Amino acid sequence: MREFTCIVCPKGCRIFADDNGKLTGAGCERGISYVESEMENPTRMITSTVRLRGAQLPRLPVKTSAPVPKKIMMRAVALLNDITVEAPVRCGDVVLKNVLDTGVDFVATKSTGETAGNRE
Amino acid sequence: MEKYYDVAVIGAGPAGLAAALEARKTGAEKVVVLERDFEAGGILNQCIHNGFGLHYFKEELTGPEYAERFICELHKTDIELKLNTMVLGISRAKHITAVNPQEGVLGIDAGAVVLAMGCRERPRGSLGIPGTRPAGIFTAGTAQRYVNMEGCMVGRKVLILGSGDIGLIMARRMVLEGAEVVACVELMPYSAGLRRNIVQCLDDFDIPLYLSSTITEIRGKHRVEGVVISRVDKDRKPIPGTEKEIGCDTVLLSVGLIPENELSQNAGVEMDMRTKGPVVYENMETSVPGIFACGNVAQVHDLVDFVTMESIRAGRAAAEFAAHGEKEAPFFELYASRGLNYILPQRARMDRIDQFLDVFFRVNDIYKNISIVVKSNGGEIARFKRDYAVPGEMERIRIPKKLLTGNEIEVSLKGGEQE
Amino acid sequence: MQYDVIIIGGGITGCAAAYEFSKYDFKTALLEKENDVACGSTKANSAIIHAGYDPEPGTLMAKYNARGNELAHELAKKLDIPFRETGSLVLAFSDEEVREVRRLYENGVANGVPVEIISGEEVLRREPNISDRVRCALWAPTGAIISPWEFAAALVETAVQNGVDCYLSSGVKRLSRKDGMFEITAGGEKYRAKYIINAAGLYADKVYEMAGGTGLHITPVRGEYFLFDKTMGGIVSTVVFQCPTKLGKGVVVAPTVHGNLYAGPDSRNADARDDTATHTEDLAYVRQMAVKSVPTIDFSQNIRNFAGLRAVAGDDFVVGESEIPNFINAAGIKSPGLSSAPAIAEDLVRILEGCGLALHRKEAFRGERRVLRINEMSYEAQDALIKENPAYGRVVCRCQTITEGEIVDILKRPVVPRSIDGIKRRCAAGMGRCQGGFCEPRIHDIMARTLGVPMKDILQDTEGSYIVTGETKED
Repeated sequence: MREFTCIVCPKGCRIFADDNGKLTGAGCERGISYVESEMENPTRMITSTVRLRGAQLPRLPVKTSAPVPKKIMMRAVALLNDITVEAPVRCGDVVLKNVLDTGVDFVATKSTGETAGNRE
Repeated sequence: MEKYYDVAVIGAGPAGLAAALEARKTGAEKVVVLERDFEAGGILNQCIHNGFGLHYFKEELTGPEYAERFICELHKTDIELKLNTMVLGISRAKHITAVNPQEGVLGIDAGAVVLAMGCRERPRGSLGIPGTRPAGIFTAGTAQRYVNMEGCMVGRKVLILGSGDIGLIMARRMVLEGAEVVACVELMPYSAGLRRNIVQCLDDFDIPLYLSSTITEIRGKHRVEGVVISRVDKDRKPIPGTEKEIGCDTVLLSVGLIPENELSQNAGVEMDMRTKGPVVYENMETSVPGIFACGNVAQVHDLVDFVTMESIRAGRAAAEFAAHGEKEAPFFELYASRGLNYILPQRARMDRIDQFLDVFFRVNDIYKNISIVVKSNGGEIARFKRDYAVPGEMERIRIPKKLLTGNEIEVSLKGGEQE
Repeated sequence: MQYDVIIIGGGITGCAAAYEFSKYDFKTALLEKENDVACGSTKANSAIIHAGYDPEPGTLMAKYNARGNELAHELAKKLDIPFRETGSLVLAFSDEEVREVRRLYENGVANGVPVEIISGEEVLRREPNISDRVRCALWAPTGAIISPWEFAAALVETAVQNGVDCYLSSGVKRLSRKDGMFEITAGGEKYRAKYIINAAGLYADKVYEMAGGTGLHITPVRGEYFLFDKTMGGIVSTVVFQCPTKLGKGVVVAPTVHGNLYAGPDSRNADARDDTATHTEDLAYVRQMAVKSVPTIDFSQNIRNFAGLRAVAGDDFVVGESEIPNFINAAGIKSPGLSSAPAIAEDLVRILEGCGLALHRKEAFRGERRVLRINEMSYEAQDALIKENPAYGRVVCRCQTITEGEIVDILKRPVVPRSIDGIKRRCAAGMGRCQGGFCEPRIHDIMARTLGVPMKDILQDTEGSYIVTGETKED
């Protein structure tokens, strides 16, 4: 028996998988597919930042455009150390393409400029 | 120079943005949002992790993305956004004094005011942890701002005290930035954070969570060199002989949030000792007519989606107040009884309730298979079932209007098992 | 570098000496081992300008305290130091304490200090939150509260403006005497001076020993405190003492000039000269004693605990030329040191003269200082100021309403702090209820930008108290 805490939504259902792979405790279908993928190939969204030049703040927040395998998380995030983005940036702009051949990109999660006032 | 606005919103975080947009939509012609930071978005700007918006947008967004949706909406309207603007005072008569670098000291008269200042973190001082006072002790949110916005690394070997969501999120952030997180230490026998954050932020990185434990000493002269943690008994007192030394250069505190209500008190609104926010009616109006409160200033939320929904109600009501004023209406009180830490709203007026009265609260312990019982004048009028209820997650019940009697309401927990 | 006089130690005694010496045309330098002034006993104490009824008549403490109180009143005005003449009370709860209050009254009269005994009812009329068990009290109207940090900073800044050289991060490593001159190695530099003022506080005996002196021994005596949110600031409007015991003046409950309230200190021999850790049992004692005076203090409003160390050399201060010619001690300046410092400084001038230093007043001495404090100004005045300089319209510290303009001003003063706490000590930014949670990264950023240094070079407080290790995304 393995126990999982579902993270698909904030309810956090406790889902149990018995030795035959039968699942109990899921509040919805999404919970079942979450546990199935957790057992096979767990994936995670990565959120981090990259260097940003020419804007009010020195960092730009980014995320993966889709979940990536959990095991490549640390290697993927390390790639961001070498990236510097120049303002202006739009939310959704690709910052790094095809991260470690996953087909997933790192994209900006915030736009620069227009919304901000003056910091200094 | 005095200026009139139908609705003035204090704070451009998620609460203020939603309230302002809804007030404008409801018909308030002149709406202003006063924000002390240099950009709108509030705390969401530093919450770069995802998980926001599942309820409201039905998709998973990061904090800045969630904020940007509202900021973009705002820019499509004629709502005035004053940045770098600090409100110094609000009077009962809804006169606001604020200051900013562009305009100096400004006076604003408002038809209605929405308080949306959010909350602040409990600092070390309020915990009374003995020991030295070196650098390297941060509230989790301060560290989050340093790391995510200023691009500064706050430490290399981190211990987290308290398992509030910001602390958990920061555990993962610090690991992803190359730091080692040695432990998360929680005073209570359960975590204060969302369960998915325990999984994604601690379990994923094999960070141990010590429940029923606390820091009993901080060591280090100039910078933190380590802490002593001890287990605590059921009265949360450290148990002698259970001390354990842990080396670290950084301590992040995630030990609770306090609604920021200095301005509210300044305006003379009645406060609730339990929410530490203003006493509010069903439409988020405070005890001062025409002053409304929403978001973390009213109650500390764990999901921004609920902040948005609460603030929409406040914004709508503020616009209506500005347009029509308000007639006195009879109200009834709501009480948090057995098993509840607080209840919101604390008051409601029958003739302002649409189809449902939404009631929010937190339970005071972990419960399984519990019934939430709503009584009015001693008689049960509704009952809601929950498989699981934890203090870390806000509960909401919808009481149909037709069940309400216009008399006081008492909400309590019944049956179930306390874990 | 050669000076007539070198002051060792930038606590309140050293800073007051520097200020007083800067009125004369001899050359003075001040050496401070930390990266800022006021980092030792001056940093953490009760912030009281005592009236002067307490010291035994005939002691140095009695002599300096009463005069120091007068001078502190003047200096606070001239140098724009946050100061409030609150008066002070000593409460008596028992027959024995009633006798003690009478003794203090006699003492006060002998020391030339205005004092009065008031009834329990009168105490409660003035201070309704004091325990109704109070029988009577000593009332000393000239007792006052001050910002000790701004006191020291104002003195040293004025001294520097009038020609004194102040060297921070300059702990004395060697001190020797050759051909009638002292030679000092400090902070990697060599200094020579004819006279030494030893104002090294907790380390005064170490400095004295370096020069070959014997017989001075400093004992660090720790006192722990609670600091409360402004919501508690109005619970008393005056400094509330209990009757003194052998251990000291007892636990005080008093407002601060920034509108907070504190309770403390206890009195306990410390393990070391830097042992400023707080302890559960000591704080519990302070709490127990504080509620004896003011039962309704809400301890949930505690925003910080801290401990300070008193430098104790015996029953009295040690002030005067030592067994080493031209080496003048100003040591063992325990309580009431903050109150006495300006009078000690005056006396140090006379002592220097007695040692043969020729005194000529500087005609150009400027003993005035003004500080812009936005939160004390009318809205009209604020508005006018912001129109001139928008930085005064950018509020950085929300709890205390401190603006970017005020922080930049501090960074342009004659003695520049390099730490967030140095800013806090000069304008109270970060001293409020959020304890810097919001404003610390912002002050940090303003400091780095204004001083043109990387973020990691800005410290929390003393050397080694780094806040950030560097940048993210650095590998």
